Amino acid sequence: MRKWLAAMLLLGFHGIAAAAISSYQFDTAEQEARFNQLSQELRCLVCQNQNLADSNAGLALDLRRQIHEMILAGKTDADIVNFMTERYGDFVLYRPPLRGSTLVLWVGPFLLLLGGAVVLTLIVRRRMAAGEEAPLSDEERQRLETMVRERGEKQ
Amino acid sequence: MKMRYLIPLVIFAALVGLFAVGLRLDPRAVPSPLIDKPAPAFALPQLHSPETTLGRADLMQNKVSLFNVWASWCVACRQEHPFLMQLSRGGEVPIYGLNYKDERADALAWLQRHGNPYRASAFDYEGRVGIDWGVYGVPETFVVDAQGTIRYKHIGPLTPQVWRDTIQPIVHQLQGKTS
Repeated sequence: MRKWLAAMLLLGFHGIAAAAISSYQFDTAEQEARFNQLSQELRCLVCQNQNLADSNAGLALDLRRQIHEMILAGKTDADIVNFMTERYGDFVLYRPPLRGSTLVLWVGPFLLLLGGAVVLTLIVRRRMAAGEEAPLSDEERQRLETMVRERGEKQ
Repeated sequence: MKMRYLIPLVIFAALVGLFAVGLRLDPRAVPSPLIDKPAPAFALPQLHSPETTLGRADLMQNKVSLFNVWASWCVACRQEHPFLMQLSRGGEVPIYGLNYKDERADALAWLQRHGNPYRASAFDYEGRVGIDWGVYGVPETFVVDAQGTIRYKHIGPLTPQVWRDTIQPIVHQLQGKTS
């Protein structure tokens, strides 16, 4: 338990240390919050499974600098996101917009879930139908009794 | 009832098909939204003569041109370089360079050693023009037409095969239109 606690604390401090390295100066705390929010939602193009906040690639540094400058220049979040998508396409967004080309991305998981639910219901229904067993006929009961008796004699 | 046994086979075949397509795609190739849009304007000092600027207008000059993003620190640039040299000797299409996030001395020494295929290179020390052009992985090569519109973008080293199969046809088609 104590080890866990220490590990969690360490992880927490790690986050603080990492954030401190790329400290940009902002006029207000609100601007800083927007900066953090944006750099977490934009993808680093070089190391594609990291966001701008986590990446130390040259381009990620440049794009963070760009966001910082645009925030200080009074640009809105929409302006900044537009700036990025105009240059790098929707791919920079970790939350892609709902469009024809991204429809599968948004709807797909729900379709799969629905399909799973349908299959599950079908299987459960079939099992329930098969579960009602017919009672044994006289002949079957007799066979069962002889089988049980034979086993008993062997032991 | 016999069809039941086919279900796993069908699923398997579908997966194989999916993987066959998926594995051929290059996940690093991000489609550029700049294709068929006017090339972003820029004005940068030239690599060889810092007091002269190179800009979008220099690229066009009523001709189709290649705009190649390169750097002395870029390994793949070294790989494509001999082909760029060959291409520039052929004189088929003018090549301009964007020296991206490089030190001037390093870049100049690199060209001295390996040859300079560029009419001129713009010196983008801070990478800002690179951002405007949506550059994310050097080397990248843009095909810019005579009107200054970006027609094609190739990411990664330019090989004779890429040139022959993809870029040369585009360049020829564009050249045919303007001449």
